Amino acid sequence: MLLLDWILIVIAGWLALGLAGIAALRNTAFVARTLFPAGAALGLALAGFALAAMFDTPQTAILALGLPDLPFHLRLDGLSAFFLFVIGATGVGISVFAAGYFRQGEGTPPGLLCLEYHLFLASMAMVVLADDAYAFMVMWETMALSSFFLVTTNHRVPAIRAAGFLYLLIAHVGAIAILLCFGVLQANTGDYTFANMRAQSLPPLWASVAFLLATLGFGAKAGILPLHVWLPEAHPAAPSPVSALMSGVMLKTAIYGLLRVGFDLLGAQQWWWGVALLAVGLATALYGVVFSAVQTDMKRLLAYSSIENIGLLFVGLGLGVLFNAYGMTALSALALTAALYHVIGHAFFKSLLFLATGSVLHSTGERSLGKLGGLMRRMPWVAWLSLVGVLASSGLPPFSGFVSEWLLLQSFLFTTDLPDSFLNMLVPVLAAGIALIAALAGYTMVKFFGVIFLGQPREPKLAEAHPASPLERAGLVWLSAGCVLLGLFPVPVIGIIDRVTQLLVGGGIGATVRANGWLLLAPSSLERASYNPLAFLVVVGLAVLLAAVLVRRFYHGRLRRAPAWDCGYPAQTARMQDTAEGFGQPIRQIFEPVFRMRRELPAPFDARPVYRVTIEDHFWHWLYLPLARLTERIARVVGRLQRGRIAIYLLYSFVTLIVLLLVAKS
Amino acid sequence: MTSLLAQSINLFAVVLLVLAFAMIAQRRILTLIHLFTLQGAALAAATLIVGFLTGQHHLYYSAAMTFVLKVILIPILLHRVIERLNVRWDVETLFNIPTTMLIGIVLVIFAFNLAAPIAGLSASIARGTLGIALACVLLSFLMMIVRAKAVPQVIGFLSMENGLFFAATAATSGMPMIVELGIAFDVLVGILILGVFMFQIREQFDSLDIRHLEKLKED
Repeated sequence: MLLLDWILIVIAGWLALGLAGIAALRNTAFVARTLFPAGAALGLALAGFALAAMFDTPQTAILALGLPDLPFHLRLDGLSAFFLFVIGATGVGISVFAAGYFRQGEGTPPGLLCLEYHLFLASMAMVVLADDAYAFMVMWETMALSSFFLVTTNHRVPAIRAAGFLYLLIAHVGAIAILLCFGVLQANTGDYTFANMRAQSLPPLWASVAFLLATLGFGAKAGILPLHVWLPEAHPAAPSPVSALMSGVMLKTAIYGLLRVGFDLLGAQQWWWGVALLAVGLATALYGVVFSAVQTDMKRLLAYSSIENIGLLFVGLGLGVLFNAYGMTALSALALTAALYHVIGHAFFKSLLFLATGSVLHSTGERSLGKLGGLMRRMPWVAWLSLVGVLASSGLPPFSGFVSEWLLLQSFLFTTDLPDSFLNMLVPVLAAGIALIAALAGYTMVKFFGVIFLGQPREPKLAEAHPASPLERAGLVWLSAGCVLLGLFPVPVIGIIDRVTQLLVGGGIGATVRANGWLLLAPSSLERASYNPLAFLVVVGLAVLLAAVLVRRFYHGRLRRAPAWDCGYPAQTARMQDTAEGFGQPIRQIFEPVFRMRRELPAPFDARPVYRVTIEDHFWHWLYLPLARLTERIARVVGRLQRGRIAIYLLYSFVTLIVLLLVAKS
Repeated sequence: MTSLLAQSINLFAVVLLVLAFAMIAQRRILTLIHLFTLQGAALAAATLIVGFLTGQHHLYYSAAMTFVLKVILIPILLHRVIERLNVRWDVETLFNIPTTMLIGIVLVIFAFNLAAPIAGLSASIARGTLGIALACVLLSFLMMIVRAKAVPQVIGFLSMENGLFFAATAATSGMPMIVELGIAFDVLVGILILGVFMFQIREQFDSLDIRHLEKLKED
């Protein structure tokens, strides 16, 4: 049997689990303890098959589904296998966690949730397998719809319904752009298979149109500026495993789509496409991280952080396009390797962090950072495992985030070889922007971890917080193990990613990297830059050990006397700690023009002082609200046609008929 | 004999048209149903004759189907509906009847004008009647527009289907059997659904006046 067949069996298995969920609609125990772990096992199988497929030749299949004479074409190549691996491997951790997470009374019955969840997984896997526009769009829409229903699990809350609507709206705007893009790509041949699109060579103007449509369409799903507004609404609304799946995996299908269209289906690339992607990516990343730093809801914070990471991915893709357009294959491969590394790294650490917020939410019932704190003692597993995710997310060695951001910066440093002097001057600025983003991301993660887990509990009820269940822990352990392994062994991973870049740009850095052994990572040459994660880990470990010993020996060993007045701090209370608002305040000041901020400061003699600050997105007021008003105005005009009388509706048809007959006659 | 039969097609066509006008002019629902039954009978007879003259035997089946459906089954259903709803009395129209009749005449002229070039292309024996068939469709449509109650509208709808059927027979010696079967089935299902709707409308508004449906409009 072909690998593709095995993968299809896994996908069919997910669908079967979903149907089994329908059969046991309200049996929470069965759904959670049997179906979700089975889904995780299937995810593991998918990851294994996908990994094997990376080293295999492309395989194709035709599924006799869909409309008559219009079957689904499927194709498994290196690119789809890579994303299948991401879906499978991340899906394992999330499914295991979900088995311990979903419980009674969350709005949608558990069986239905199980169906939607597995349908979502299956449709994502099918999206990356699709080899014609028809199958792709059907699966893309299935993905959007199943995730919409997952987001609106708690559909009794009006805010959640609104978030779901916004998500669905933007997803469909994107889907229309993608559909138009495929329409341009088939170049009037009427054949919508990807093989035909690959064979066409479009004139430059139409190629640019197709590329821009693809950027818009996939960007809407990924959450680039200014189509990002659904992310911070939908992610907090969804249950945590769903947020993890959406942020960690679904956003990546958009990256897959852009790679497929931009590098595979469109033949020759133009350099300004790369510049456009770079600009959009950088703006998105900066916007995301700045907003993320001032959030006070832990899931919104992570959602904005996802926007930032998507921005970084777009920057990587932009560099890849730029280098590729100038024929610099090796550098293009380096930038793409950085982006793909970040795809898998982000899938692991962002899922991990979203799941951790889920554990915190279940155990405390709080999402607001202002009411959490000191959970490290209550939930040590979740805290330590989130620490791994937080470090990876901040791009600190020796975790996965560092490798990808380092590779990205490396590829920036090579940009000075570009033949365009204007671009050469611009690049240092962009590299500085990336550095700023990385630093702010670190700041945000310090805030996230510090406010939730460190310090003292800010609310009395936090003392009753219970630790996460064993299955939840298992899911978190799986994902954090992924973060650690990706950070410690970049060379084998890059060897695998090499297969994808070979496919996309006809070159890779696998051979260069392998030349230095499997421990030392040097993307171009040893003289230029190299990184040895294990050595780093050893040094970090030794430094920590040394510091601990020294502190214990010299600081705690000293004779200490308690001062009589205790510097005015006879007792510390939780209210003396730095709050989430306080921690984000400098960023709020520095980047003030970016926010639309309303502040209420208490008067000096207020008996019950209240401090309130609301931060909104400018884009709401610049783009979305005017659009909404325009739509409403048009709808009111059109609404005049709707008189509610059947005779008038019939008259409309009658007049239309007469006019059409007249037209047909003349 | 043959030419006499060919002439009789024109006769039945004229009967159809006159019945369509009569339906526009008729206020009483019971009489409307009788007129509709007559129209169905004329249609069945015309189809039978076209089938005999052209030697296309599938038209016999469609004639039989038309007869069973439109002369027996649907009128029985309609009778039962008006009995159950108790709406045999006069119905008001939205426009007064003479005006409607005048509009109807304009429509007939329009239909004939429209059908002339199409009929020239057709080789069918009944091609001269295409204009009449189109006029029947338009007149029935007009009837649906001007009636305020649900039952006459349903009859208008069914009568429009009669016109369409006749147009198909006139222009191309009938549609393929499978299409006709499909349409016949649609009509039957349609009448059942509309019957349910009529009961529902009555239930909701205590009247079959569809002007009440305006309340359903969202402001």
